[in-house]
Amino acid sequence: MAKLVKIKIDGKEIQAEEGKNLVKVAKENGIFIPSLCYYEHIDPPLGTCRVCTCELNGKAVPACMQKVKQGMDVKVNTPELTDVRKAIVEMMFAEGNHFCPACEKSGNCDMQHMGYEMGVSVSRFPHIFKDRLIDFNPKRMVIEHNRCVKCRRCIEEVLTDDGKQVFSFFNRGNETIVAIDYEQEARLTKEQALHAMKICPTGAILVRGASMGSPFGDRRFDMHSAKPEGKKIAKPSLPAKGPKKGKPKKKVIATISLAGCFGCHMSMLDIDLGFVDLIELVEFNKSPINDIKEFTKKCDIGLVEGGCCNTENIETLREFRKKCKILVAMGECAIWGGLPAMRNLVPLEECLEEAYLNSMTTEPGEHIVPYHEDLPKILDKVYPINEIVEIDYFIPGCPPNAEHIWKAVKNLLWGDQYSILYSEFKYD
Amino acid sequence: MQVDLQVHQRANPDLLDCLWAYQNKHGYIRDEDVAEFSAYRGISKVELEGVISFYHFFHRKPAGRYTIYLNNSIVSEFSGFQRVKEAFERETGAAFGEVDPSGLFGLFETACIGLSDQEPAALINFHPFTNLTTMKVKHIIAELKKGVPVEKLCDEVADNIRYVPGEGRSVFLREYFPGSAIAKLQALSPEQVIDEINRSKLSGRGGAFFPTGLKWGLCRQQESSPKYIVCNADEGEPGTFKDRVLLNTMPGLVLEGMIIAGYAVGASVGMLYLRAEYTWMKDKLEKAIEQFYRMGLLGLNAAGIKGFNFDIRLQLGAGSYVIGEETAMLNSLEGKRGESRVKQYFPVEKGYLNQPTVVNNVETLCAAARVMELGADHFLKLGTPDSPGTKLLSISGDCHLPGIYEIEWGMRLEDLLQLCQAENPYYIQVSGPSGECVSMAEKNRVLSKEDLRCGGSLMIFSGHRDILDILINFADFFKEESCGVCTPCRAGNFIIRRKLEKVRLGLAHQSDYEDIRQWGKIMQIASRCGLGKMATNALIKALDAFPEYFNQKIEGEADRLNKEFNIERAVADYEKFRS
Ligand SMILES: Cc1cc2nc3c(=O)[nH]c(=O)nc-3n(C[C@H](O)[C@H](O)[C@H](O)COP(=O)(O)O)c2cc1C
Ligand code: SF4
Ligand code: SF4
Ligand code: SF4
Ligand code: FES
Repeated sequence: MAKLVKIKIDGKEIQAEEGKNLVKVAKENGIFIPSLCYYEHIDPPLGTCRVCTCELNGKAVPACMQKVKQGMDVKVNTPELTDVRKAIVEMMFAEGNHFCPACEKSGNCDMQHMGYEMGVSVSRFPHIFKDRLIDFNPKRMVIEHNRCVKCRRCIEEVLTDDGKQVFSFFNRGNETIVAIDYEQEARLTKEQALHAMKICPTGAILVRGASMGSPFGDRRFDMHSAKPEGKKIAKPSLPAKGPKKGKPKKKVIATISLAGCFGCHMSMLDIDLGFVDLIELVEFNKSPINDIKEFTKKCDIGLVEGGCCNTENIETLREFRKKCKILVAMGECAIWGGLPAMRNLVPLEECLEEAYLNSMTTEPGEHIVPYHEDLPKILDKVYPINEIVEIDYFIPGCPPNAEHIWKAVKNLLWGDQYSILYSEFKYD
Repeated sequence: MQVDLQVHQRANPDLLDCLWAYQNKHGYIRDEDVAEFSAYRGISKVELEGVISFYHFFHRKPAGRYTIYLNNSIVSEFSGFQRVKEAFERETGAAFGEVDPSGLFGLFETACIGLSDQEPAALINFHPFTNLTTMKVKHIIAELKKGVPVEKLCDEVADNIRYVPGEGRSVFLREYFPGSAIAKLQALSPEQVIDEINRSKLSGRGGAFFPTGLKWGLCRQQESSPKYIVCNADEGEPGTFKDRVLLNTMPGLVLEGMIIAGYAVGASVGMLYLRAEYTWMKDKLEKAIEQFYRMGLLGLNAAGIKGFNFDIRLQLGAGSYVIGEETAMLNSLEGKRGESRVKQYFPVEKGYLNQPTVVNNVETLCAAARVMELGADHFLKLGTPDSPGTKLLSISGDCHLPGIYEIEWGMRLEDLLQLCQAENPYYIQVSGPSGECVSMAEKNRVLSKEDLRCGGSLMIFSGHRDILDILINFADFFKEESCGVCTPCRAGNFIIRRKLEKVRLGLAHQSDYEDIRQWGKIMQIASRCGLGKMATNALIKALDAFPEYFNQKIEGEADRLNKEFNIERAVADYEKFRS
C-alpha cells in the first residue's frame, strides 16, 4: 500500500496515495478535471491536448502529468483556468471540421462530451474550414482527418504484434495529421482494429461495418430507451407563465431561416399548445410562421436560423440587424455554418459542377449551372452570421430544443431567470 | 495492459545521418529508400515518413540539382527579399516551392539561416550566399548553368565582429590558446570544477538563463550512467548568429567547453548538434574534433586525465526551429520527430536515451571554458553583480554596423544603439521573435538578467518600418515552426495569424485587440513548450508599447454591421459561371 499524503485542491484538503495521477485523485474526490488525451495506462501521459490545464503551486500545468506529492496545492476551478480549458476545446472545434449530426461517434465522443461539460455553445475562434481528407484506403479502417484532435493515443497504443507503429504524426505545425500505415493496418486483428476505434476520443478512426454500434444514452424522442435500465425522460413541459405583473405591451418578434433546413423553426413549434399562451405575450412581425414578408416595424428580437450562403441571405441578415434590437443566432448553422458548411471544404466550382453537371440525376445534355441576374449569387462558402453582422446571443443545438429557445427568448425580453436542463441542450 | 515502452521508445540515433545519406545520393529520398530502410530497421514506413516529414530540409520529391533556400526572415524581408526572390524565379524559370522543368533548380523559402548581418542571404546546396542583389543572383545562376561548382561561387561568410571590450575585459573574443582551459582540469576534481562554475554565477546563454553550475551539479548527482553532454548549436531564433561566429572562429573553445562539462558531470559522450543551415561549417568542426583526438584531448584518458574517457560526435540537423528546445533536440538525436517532450523529467535526470544529459548552448560552453581558463574571479569583475561577465549579441536590422558585439552586462540600451549606429531606432526586438519588443521609451533599460534579458539577438527597426509587417513575419514563422503536438500552439498560431490579417486590412475593431491579448494569454498558459508559450510575447507587448500605431489601424465602430465582410470577394468564384 502506497504512502498517503495530503494535498489541497481548490482549498479542500485531500488525502491520497502518493504517486497517483492527479486527474484520478481529483475525480475520486468529486472534482472534475477535464481531460481528452489522458489514457490511464499510457505512461508517461501524452500531454498533448492541454484541456486539463490547472495550477500547481501557482504555475499553470497539465493536471494529467502530475503525480500526487505531499503538500501539492492545486487550483482547478478559478474563472481564468475554467476559461482557458474551455477555450482549448473551442479551439479544437474551430480547427477540425466537426459536423456532429453526421458523425458516427456522436453521443459517444469524448470531445463532444467535453464540449457539453464545459458549456461550449459557440467557439470564440473563427472556424478554419481546412480541407481535410477522409482516407478510405486502409483495409479495415476509415480515417476521418476532419475529426482528429492529434491526441496521440492511437500512435502510442496501436502497435502490431511485432511492435511496429501503425499510426504516426506526419508533417508539423498546423499541417500535422495522423497518418496510417496501410501495410501494418492490414496486419492488425479485428480486435486490435476495434480497439483503435474505441480509444480514439473522437470519430476519427472508424472500422468499416462496426461504426453504427448500439446507441449510447437516451434521446429525447426515443420510443424505448436504449439502455435496459434507462429512466423515462420527462415530456417537454409547456412554457412557463409569462411576465409577472399586469397586462404588458406585446413584444415583437421576427424570425428567418437563411441557409438552414427550417429545423430550428420546426423546433420552435415543438412547444405545441404552449404556442397559444405565447401568442398572448408576443406578436410576430416578419417571419415564416405568419408569412409576413416585409418588416412593418422595429422588432424587439430577431431569431435567425441558418448561415449565409448567398447574397440574398446577406441582404436579409443586414435588414434584420437594422430592424431588431436584439439579434439571436439560433442553431448551429447560424452560429458557425453547421451542416451546410460541409461545402466549405470544397471549392465552389466543384460543388456546383457536382450538383448541376455531373450528378447521377443530371439529364443528358444538361450542361449549365444556373446564373441569372434575378438569382441571388452564391458565396464562396457558407458564413456564420456573426461574420456578417454583430450578433448579441447564441442558442446552440441542431436544432435547439424548443424549451431552450423560448426560455432564452423570455429571458431576453422580460429578464425572467430559467434554468436550462441538461436534457434540453444535449442533442446527440 | 501496460504498453511496451521498451519496443516503442526504441531509438535510431543514426536515423538522421542515414536520411541525409539517401538524400545526398539522389537529391531527395525516394520511395525505394523509404521501403528499403524501414524494412532494414524493422520499423513501419509510416514511422519513417513521420520523421522525414518533420524536417523541412528532407525532400520526398526531386528538389533540383541545385537546391536553393532563400531566407525569409524579417531582416531579409526589409533588405530586398522580394526583389531577390523574383530574380531567382526569373533566372531559374522555377517558382518558389517548386523545381524548374529541367530539374536543375529547386527554389524554397526557409526561416532565418543565421546570416542576419549580411542579408538577403541564401543557401545553395547548403553553401552560403550573402548580400544578394538581383545582379548577383543573375550572375550566380548563369555560372551554375555553365557548370561552375557551387563551392567556387559561394561567399566567404564574414564574422563581422564589431565590438570587443578592451583592457583584457573580453571573455569570448580574446585570443584563444588551444587546450589552455582544459589544462586546468588536471588539478581539479569534478566537484571543484562545478564549484568554480557556480562561483562565477554563469547562467545559460540559450535563452532561459538557467544557472549552469546548478545544472551540472544536478546531473552529477544522478547515479545512472552513461551520461551525455549535448552542445546546442541549433541557433534557430531569427536574428541570432553569435553561435555561428563562435563555431567559426574558435571551434576548439566550444569543444573544450564540452570536455569540461563532461568531466564535471561524469559524462562519457558529447554530441554537438549543428543546425543544417550551418552545414558549411561541418568540415571545419569535424577537423577540430579530429585534431583534439590527435592531441589526446578526446578519447581514452581525455585531456590527459586518467580514467576520463570522453568522445564527441557531430550531429547534423535537418531543418526545424523547435529542435533548439532541449527536449525536442533529445528526440531528434534519438532519430525521432523533433517534438518537445512532456516535462515529466528534466534532461539532467532522463535525457538522451533516458540517461542523465546536460544540454548547453554553444556560448554557455565557451563561457564555461573561459571561466576555467581565466578563473571565476576574473569573470566576476565584469558586468553587474547579478549578471557577471560579458555577453555576445548579434545585432541586425536598421543600423550601420550589423554584426557581433561582445558587451559587458549592464550596458544601457541607448548606448548599445549608438555603438552600432542605429538609424532612427523605433521598434527593437530583443531575443528574437519569442523575446520582447521595446520602444524608445525604454531606451534606459539595462541589458542584464535583472532588467532587459537578451538571449543574443537584437533586431533594430527604424521609424519607417511597418510594425505589422514585423509581427506578421513572426506569426508566419511560429505557424510554420510549431511542432504541432499540442493544441494551443498548433491551432493558436494559425488563428492569431488570421487575426493579424484582419488588422492588416485595416478592418480591426478594438475588440480584436482584446481577442489577441486574451488568445495570446491562453497560448502562454497552456502550451506545452517554450515555442507556444512565447509565440505571442512580442505581439502582446507591441499592443502596449505602440498604442498610437495600433489605434490608427482601427476602423470606426458604427452600425453593428461587420464592415470587413467583402461581398465582391465572396461572390468572385460564382461569377465565373456567368456565361
Ligand atoms: C522553441 C525554443 C527554441 C530554442 N532554441 C534554442 C537554440 O536554438 N539554441 C539554444 O542554445 N537554445 C535554444 N533553446 C533553449 C534550450 O531549450 C535550452 O534551454 C538551452 O539549450 C539550454 O542551454 P543553456 O542553459 O546553456 O542556455 C530554445 C528553447 C525553445 C523553447
Ligand atoms: S468527433 Fe465528436 S465532436 Fe467531432 S463531429 Fe464527431 S461527435 Fe462531433
Ligand atoms: S486519430 Fe483519434 S486517437 Fe489518433 S490522434 Fe487523432 S483523435 Fe487521437
Ligand atoms: S508549444 Fe508548439 S512547439 Fe511546443 S510542443 Fe506545443 S505545438 Fe509543439
Ligand atoms: S489530458 Fe492532460 S494534456 Fe490532454
